[in-house]
Amino acid sequence: MSTLEQLKDQIRKALPDLDVVIGWEQGYDAMHATPLYIRKEEDIDRLIWSPLCVHSLGTYLTGLTRTPGAGKIGLVVKGCDSRAIVQLTQERMIPRENIVLFGVGCTGCLSHARLEYKVEQGGHYVEDMHSITFKGDKVEVAVNGDVETFDFDTVCLEKCLTCRFPNAIATEHFAGEEVPVAPKCDKAPSLEAFEKLSLDERFTFWQDQMRRCVRCYACRNTCPMCVCRDHCISTSRNPHWVSQETSSAENFMFQMIHTMHLAGRCIECGECQRACPVDLPIMLFRRTMVHAVKNTFDYVSGADPEATPPLLTFKVEEDNIKERGW
Amino acid sequence: MEAKFISQDDTTLWLDELAERHVVLAPMWDNTVVTFRPHVKGRTPVLDRMPVLPPKEGVFPQNEMLLKYKHDKDPENLDRTRVQVKETLPQETAVVVGARPCGTRGMLVFDRVYNCEKIRDPYYVSRRENTLFVTVACTRIESTCFCHDVGSHPADTEGSDVLLVPVKGGYVAEAVTERGEELLKASFFKSAAEKAQEAEGVKQANRAKLPEPHDYAGSGEKLMARFDDMEFWTEQSAKCISCGACTYLCPTCYCFNITDDSVGLSGKRLRTWDNCMSFQFTLEGSGHNPRPTKAHRLRNRVNHKFAYYPELHGVIACCGCGRCIKSCPASVDIRAIVKAAQNHTPKQEEGSDER
Repeated sequence: MSTLEQLKDQIRKALPDLDVVIGWEQGYDAMHATPLYIRKEEDIDRLIWSPLCVHSLGTYLTGLTRTPGAGKIGLVVKGCDSRAIVQLTQERMIPRENIVLFGVGCTGCLSHARLEYKVEQGGHYVEDMHSITFKGDKVEVAVNGDVETFDFDTVCLEKCLTCRFPNAIATEHFAGEEVPVAPKCDKAPSLEAFEKLSLDERFTFWQDQMRRCVRCYACRNTCPMCVCRDHCISTSRNPHWVSQETSSAENFMFQMIHTMHLAGRCIECGECQRACPVDLPIMLFRRTMVHAVKNTFDYVSGADPEATPPLLTFKVEEDNIKERGW
Repeated sequence: MEAKFISQDDTTLWLDELAERHVVLAPMWDNTVVTFRPHVKGRTPVLDRMPVLPPKEGVFPQNEMLLKYKHDKDPENLDRTRVQVKETLPQETAVVVGARPCGTRGMLVFDRVYNCEKIRDPYYVSRRENTLFVTVACTRIESTCFCHDVGSHPADTEGSDVLLVPVKGGYVAEAVTERGEELLKASFFKSAAEKAQEAEGVKQANRAKLPEPHDYAGSGEKLMARFDDMEFWTEQSAKCISCGACTYLCPTCYCFNITDDSVGLSGKRLRTWDNCMSFQFTLEGSGHNPRPTKAHRLRNRVNHKFAYYPELHGVIACCGCGRCIKSCPASVDIRAIVKAAQNHTPKQEEGSDER
C-alpha cells in the first residue's frame, strides 16, 4: 500500500472522532497543492501527498484550537511540520491532547521559485508547465510539449538540503516507510555565501533586499511559531510600536523583531521565505539564529518532546555564556 | 493615429529620455523578482512578464507623506502649544511603463472612489493627473489569469495612454489618449508599416489562448445571499492565513491607513497601504471588532470586489490579474470562492426556518 493510501486509511479510521483533519489537495493548477480541510469521509479522496505539499499546516493550530467549541483536530505532518508541533506543545500554546498527528516521511519539497528559474533557463515560459512528475531523485516537467528533467536537489526547497528530520516525530500515526536521514550539506549554501560577506557588504545586501518588502506579513502568518496572531507588536496601533512606513530600515526592524521572537523556537520549516511574495531571503536570519542557539545552548528546537527549550528555563551558570570575567 | 514602431534597444533610450523629465517607473529585476522601480539610465526594463507588484505604486504609493508637523511651545505661555503644519502635495510627473493591461485597467477602480463628485482626494488626483501609463499587451497567459472573465482581454487599452504590442525586434506602439500621442512623437518611434499587421496577429493569438470566459454576472447577488452564512465563509476561508499578500499585490485594492510618526516635537503624517485581511483593519477604539475572524475578513475582500463595489459603481472591482492567487502562500483562489457562491444550492431546511 502506498504512503498516500495508508494515510487515507488512517484518516478514515480516525475521522469519526475528529472535527477535521488538515492535509493537502491539488491546487488551482498542476504545479500547486493547497491545504485541504477534511470534514467528511468523501473529502479524503481529494487528499494528495507529494513534494508539492509545501505548507506547514501547524500554522492553523493556534487559531483553530482557540475557536469556541473546537474539538479534536487532525493534522498531516512532515518532519519539519512535526517539530513545530513539538515546540508549540512545549510552550503550551496548543492543547496537544486534542491534536492527532498523521506523520509521513518526506524526501523534500519543491521550490516553485527554483523550478521556475530552471525552466526559464531552459528557454521555456513557466506558464507552459502543465504537469510535474517526481521520480526518485529526478523531477520531470512537461513543458510546451517537451519533457524537462531536473535533479530534485536543484529544484527542492533549500531547507530540504540540510534536513535532519525528514520523518515526522512524536505522532499518533505514521504512514509509509521512514525515510533515511541524508542531509546533502551541513550548512545551507545561501548562508555559506552570505557569511563570506564583510559587515559592510552585509549592510548593503540587506538595504538592497529589504527595500522591496511590502510588509504583507505573509512570513509572519505562515510561521507556525508566530502565536501572537492578531496581536503582533508590528501591527499594534495602540501602542504604535513600529512605524508603518515601508523603508529598508523599518522593514529590517520588523524582520529583526520576527527573528528575535523566534530565538530558540524556529524549527526551520522555511515557510516564511516560501510565503514571501517578493522572495526575500528570510531564512538567512532564521538559520543564523538557529546556529546561535545551537552554539549557545546546544539546543535544537522541536526535536525532542521531553526537552525544555532554553529560553523557557534558566541555569544559574550557563555553559556557554560567561557572565563573569568578561 | 497611425501605429508606430520602437525597437527593443530604442525602448531603453526612450525611457532614458523620459526619465529626464518624469519619474519613470518600469519593471526591473529586483534580485530574484521583477518589481516596478524608478528607471535607471541605460537599464533595460523587463517587459516580458507581469511584475510581482502591481502598477498602483505610481499613483498610490505604499508610503505617502501627507504633511509634516511641528509643535512649538509658546514662550509667553508655556501651557500653549502651537502646531505648524506643512502639506506635502506631490508635484512630480510620472510615466508607468510596462504594466499589463489588467493592472493598468485596475487603476480605474481607484478613480471612482478618490476622484468623484463627493470626494476628491488631492494627493491621489494630483498623482493621477500627472501619471501616464504605457502598457504592454500581454503575451503570457498563466493559469491564474482571468482578465477575460471580468470584461477585459490581453490587449485591452482601457486606462492606458499608450499600448505597446510586442513584435519581432521591438514593439508596435498605439496611442490611446492625446497625451499618449504626445509621447509617441519622440524620435525613437518610426512608422510601424507592416509591423502593425504582426501586432494584430499577436493580439489575436493571445486572446485565443484564454479559455472560455466564466460569467460572473449576478455573482454579487449570490454573494450577498451568503452574507450571513458564516459556515460558508468559514469553509471558504479555512486555508487563508490572513496575511496581506493578496491585497498589497492587488492592482485594485485601494485602502489605506494613516499614522503619525513623531520624533520629539515634530513628525510626519503618513498614508500607507492597509489591508482588510488584518485584524486591525476594523478594530474599533472601544476594542470591539466587527470583523473578528478571517472568515469575516475574507468575506469583505471577496464581496468588496464582486458585490459591494459593483453595486455602487456598476463594475466588478477585480482586474483578473491573478496576483492574489499566484502569490497566496496557501493558494486561496478568489475565482473558486465566487463560483462557490454562484453554485451554492440552499440546504433544504432553509426557508422553513422563518422566525
